[in-house]
Amino acid sequence: MSAQIGPQVITSRFGLSESWTLRAYLGSGGYEGLRKALTMAPEDVHKATLDSSILGRGGAGFDAGRKWGMLRKAEPVYLVVNGDESEPATFKDHALIEADPHQLIEGALICAYAIRAARVFIYVRGEMALGLERLQSALNEAYEYGAVGANIFGSGFSVDVVAHPGAGAYICGEETALLESLEGKRGYPRIKPPYYPAAIGLYGAPTVVNNVETLSNLPFVVRNGSEAFHALGEGASRGTKMMALSGHVRRPGNYELTFADVTFRELIYDPALGGGVREDRALKAFIPGGVSAPWFGPQHLDIPLANEKIAEAGSMAGSGAVTVMDETACAVRAAWRISRFFHRESCGQCTPCREGSGWVDKVMRRIEDGNGREADLDLLMDICDNISPGVRWPPAQTTICVLGPSIPSSVASGIRMFKDEFLEHIRLGGCPFPPDRLRASLAHA
Amino acid sequence: MPETPERGAAVNITLDGRPVVARAGEMLIAAAERAGTYIPRFCYHPRMKPVGMCRMCLVELKGPRGFSLQPACYVPVAEGMEAVTESPAVKKAQDGVLEFLLINHPLDCPVCDKGGECPLQDQTLAYGPGETRFVEEKRHWDKPVPVSSLVLIDRERCIQCARCTRFAEEVAGEPGIDLAGRSDATEVANYPGQPYDSNFSGNVVQICPVGALLAKPYRFRARPWDLQQVETTCTMCALGCRVAAQSSADEVVRFLGVDSDPVNWGWLCDKGRFLFEALNSPRRLSYPLARRAEPVGNGSSGARAPLAEVSWSDALSEVVTHLAEARGDRIGVIGGARLPNEDAYVWSKLARSVLATDNVDAQLGDGLPADLVAGLPRATIDEACSAPLVLLVAPDIKEELPVLYLRLRHAAREGGTKLLEVSPAATGLTGLCAASLRYRPGELAAVARALSGREKVTADVAGVPAAEVEAARALVASTPGLVVVLGRPSLSESASGAAQAGLALAELPGVSFLPALRRANVHGAIDFGLAPGLLPGRVGLAEGSEWFEHHWGPVPAQPGLSTLGMLDRAAAGRMDVLVLLGADPVSDCPDRALAKQALEKARFVVAVDAFENASTAYADVVLPAAIYTERRGSFTNIEGRVSWLGQKVTAPGTARPDWMIAAEIATRLGRDIGASSLDSVWAEIRRVSPLHASVEPDLLMSYRGRDGVVVGTDGTGAVPAEVSPLDPMAAHGISSAELHPAPPGELRSQLHRALGAGPVLTEGTPVPPPPRRIGLGDLEAAGTSGLPAPAHRAGASASPGGVPALRLVARRPMWDGGTLVQESPSVRELHPPFTVALHPDDLARLGAAGGAALRLVSRRGSLVAPVVGDKSVSPGTALVPFNVPGAAVAELVDAASDWTEVTVERLEAGS
Repeated sequence: MSAQIGPQVITSRFGLSESWTLRAYLGSGGYEGLRKALTMAPEDVHKATLDSSILGRGGAGFDAGRKWGMLRKAEPVYLVVNGDESEPATFKDHALIEADPHQLIEGALICAYAIRAARVFIYVRGEMALGLERLQSALNEAYEYGAVGANIFGSGFSVDVVAHPGAGAYICGEETALLESLEGKRGYPRIKPPYYPAAIGLYGAPTVVNNVETLSNLPFVVRNGSEAFHALGEGASRGTKMMALSGHVRRPGNYELTFADVTFRELIYDPALGGGVREDRALKAFIPGGVSAPWFGPQHLDIPLANEKIAEAGSMAGSGAVTVMDETACAVRAAWRISRFFHRESCGQCTPCREGSGWVDKVMRRIEDGNGREADLDLLMDICDNISPGVRWPPAQTTICVLGPSIPSSVASGIRMFKDEFLEHIRLGGCPFPPDRLRASLAHA
Repeated sequence: MPETPERGAAVNITLDGRPVVARAGEMLIAAAERAGTYIPRFCYHPRMKPVGMCRMCLVELKGPRGFSLQPACYVPVAEGMEAVTESPAVKKAQDGVLEFLLINHPLDCPVCDKGGECPLQDQTLAYGPGETRFVEEKRHWDKPVPVSSLVLIDRERCIQCARCTRFAEEVAGEPGIDLAGRSDATEVANYPGQPYDSNFSGNVVQICPVGALLAKPYRFRARPWDLQQVETTCTMCALGCRVAAQSSADEVVRFLGVDSDPVNWGWLCDKGRFLFEALNSPRRLSYPLARRAEPVGNGSSGARAPLAEVSWSDALSEVVTHLAEARGDRIGVIGGARLPNEDAYVWSKLARSVLATDNVDAQLGDGLPADLVAGLPRATIDEACSAPLVLLVAPDIKEELPVLYLRLRHAAREGGTKLLEVSPAATGLTGLCAASLRYRPGELAAVARALSGREKVTADVAGVPAAEVEAARALVASTPGLVVVLGRPSLSESASGAAQAGLALAELPGVSFLPALRRANVHGAIDFGLAPGLLPGRVGLAEGSEWFEHHWGPVPAQPGLSTLGMLDRAAAGRMDVLVLLGADPVSDCPDRALAKQALEKARFVVAVDAFENASTAYADVVLPAAIYTERRGSFTNIEGRVSWLGQKVTAPGTARPDWMIAAEIATRLGRDIGASSLDSVWAEIRRVSPLHASVEPDLLMSYRGRDGVVVGTDGTGAVPAEVSPLDPMAAHGISSAELHPAPPGELRSQLHRALGAGPVLTEGTPVPPPPRRIGLGDLEAAGTSGLPAPAHRAGASASPGGVPALRLVARRPMWDGGTLVQESPSVRELHPPFTVALHPDDLARLGAAGGAALRLVSRRGSLVAPVVGDKSVSPGTALVPFNVPGAAVAELVDAASDWTEVTVERLEAGS
């Protein structure tokens, strides 16, 4: 079997020498999309985006062109680029910023032109030191080159772009928390209504918040036309997707794949992609779309990588982070680690998430440590039910944002798919799997 | 897009299957509550913006994809909305939230201040699980830790509802506490090294839905079920906030703010909340004092005998002897702002009809001319806070009328009210003002005249640049419905400037005024005649003499003296008796030298007070008074709102209400002034004062009438139409359905004796027509109103030569050297340090650095104070706090001069 590794819409420069520099960028068609966009009417740029059908690549999968169309008619309008990629096993924006910051800048400028943004803010996860450095250097180059700032390429269109480092909170990837953070406040997701930043966003102004990968598609769209983009993929899922493959595979890494063209089996096993489970062990489970997503088992391997197909099977494509667990992985430990992450990263606003995440973390750890009780499984499911009623997918919500309903996914998946393993921990009074190598370092974290 | 219905318009929703009419703009939780459905909540507070943090108010709302759980606290009602507040899904979600809140909450209710009045405890008892499923270790924090001088936090009990942090930031504008950390390690914290300094910190304790925030003065003092309560009105300033006074074992232990919609919205300042401590002070006067060792009244004698306890009979005999000997115009009654309305009326009547003097003044030279207060067109607090423009010609509202600051701040931030300020120094509201005009002290009237003028301003006015004055003038001219908050911007300027400013601004069409008087029931005292030339009901002496003679007997023909006038006269040795009615002119009169000299030179001084103070030191007799919470009565706030004062505890020893003292004096002078009970006094007030004819004490005492009634504006004495139901979460700890337990008339006077001659009334005398209230026309006819001539000198009290001369700005901080503050142990030390603030340029000119000691010298006296540089102080002025312990700025001030000048010299180190 051999997968087509697609037309490289956004990763075309990944192999180039010093791909993050203006020199490399200009040598490979850089800023041609922007130049072309500036000759078009902003409405036409917007239309090209709509016609391309670019689903948001940040996780929620909302159509970017439609999002722009929801802007309240008021001035100023802001564009905020969400580069706060912070979820475990998610690293595709990281790569896009480090390897091709000019592509992101160009995409952001095309969007800014289409929506007539007064200013662009690129909010980058604070821990991405190299990415921030390269983005800032690229911005400086772009300013000097005339691609950013006043009267861009002599078109009369002016916009400033600000790179803003985040301060270390996963929740700031939630778009309204990101806006709060950008305004200098605590990173708390905003209550809804207002439902969308497009109505009331940054500093109360209508705002588009788009993901790094989403915007990185725009130079291609403008340069090659929306038909070329739309021709890739099928159904609602068009273009390509960066898949961040991690876990127990031979070749973890980022792969740009045409939507709906590849199945999970191909992603994991194709020699050009994941290259199979390490040491040829059996696949136990995999997480198809980031740690918020319910887990899949071997029976789900033939689902194609398309948002709606994954949703139909009861999980989500999310941001495209696929994590593979082989037979040596302890389901309890894996679910506990994920619970622990959400416990530490809950912003603390809503009671069910603030208290529920900690409770789940503590019970899961107790089971992993061998101090579990059989009743704990019902307890865990009921705590999950109180965080996200029904523990179903797509999840119901008792909280302001979707961090809360993300907590039950891993725990419920673990209990539903590997109940015997949980019971064995309880019966044995300990974990039957190889020792936890990271335990000592976690103790200090 | 559908049109948004106008705020308040009817919106039809379905609540648990029944139709309910809600108001556009309100949240589902509020609409449901008005319809009788209480949705449980912790973080929601009706006076603050919703945050949706606790998630306790989850209900099911119908949407395009069926019912889903939504928080009722931040979902606005919408036409056709369908909500279900009781369903298995709602119950499960709410039970879940309650369980989550409890897992880390310590079960130390038996030692928690909140136990017994705790919403979390109540809801757990009602709906919570009997057993916990949480077997892990609970969260731990150090506890309790102080967040301010008055408030401690127990973070283990905190349920992270953000009520306190929202109050601090959103309501008070002092974000000294905030949430820190995240997830279940979220804590309410100070910024490192910065205590939560606020005039309003006690509110966070009251609105905390658990026992996480604790007030030092109340901590471990009582259990809620032991508390008895009465609703009353706070008398710590003239705003008249509604409070619940709570006692245990006949001792007041706590004040809670009651949500009075037209006044305080449930908030209190820390002064109003915590000064109850003074009531329980061991230094309270409980027996009359007199100087017995040697004959009194010998002004020329040297050392006086010390004050010693005597019987009421002996004390009153001595007072009456001196009053009987004195001529009416040589008797002066100073003070009365501490007195409830009834007492002010009885003392006013005693002075006029028995003592034959019009020398009565409740203000101490630090207020506004009473006829101006009574005669200007008036605005209520609500009217000011909904006006398009409010002009502040006033002291620092945040310090002197703190809760009015909260209301004005809300109006400026959330409403459409613009604020404009005329002040010699920055105030707590300056940051919210569209403009703040810094005039040269003493020249206020010129600014007011320019602002109210029709002509463009082209030249600087009183040191304010022409462009600034003109912009403000244009704003005033183009904004109909101006409300002026009128008071004394600085105590080192005479009242004349503020009075003239008021008169000038009164010429603007449609303008109305809210007087920024500070001291307790000062407005009641004015309304009931404790002001020279003014009879009860805001009636001028000339206008009302016929009417009052008919009811009272003869009244003085000539207007009497103001406090400064009386002090002037006394200092000249021409006063026989000075009565200090809860007044301490030595501490509070802006002119201390004058006050001291006057009390020394007066032949006989009697003080009616709760404590010994700087002025009682000069008294020959001191009579102990029962004060707030120790007696019933009524109160009039700066709007003219009459509200009820409840009694909760008994007065110490033999202390008695002021009106009884007046009645007894009259009786001993052989006259019955008809005051046998509060009921009889009110009955007479309603007959005699047309202003109060429709005020019914029974109504004021009832739950329905708790907000009081405003007299003197349109709709005098109107019955409040609707009293909003109290949200039990907004006011936990307050028994909201309370009716005052004491039925009217219960308090029978022991002085009810048929003695002496009755009022000089002949059968068949025709009743004259009731008098007209004083109005703007009277003020204009009088020209520069108010201040009797002897006490006012135009121009400066010039400095005794030498440069640089600075104009003094003296203002009261909330915490000062006042007796009640100093008798309240928890707050005694909270006053600002005594410093003089200069503009950095002036500081540089002096060659002084911050912290250096300066000597301020005026024509009256001198003071030494450390200096601080402060850019908000205008160049050429020196800003000092009035009456902080250790320094009496009144030593410097010549209260009758337009301004006070000081020279400033740097003291060499060590000198």
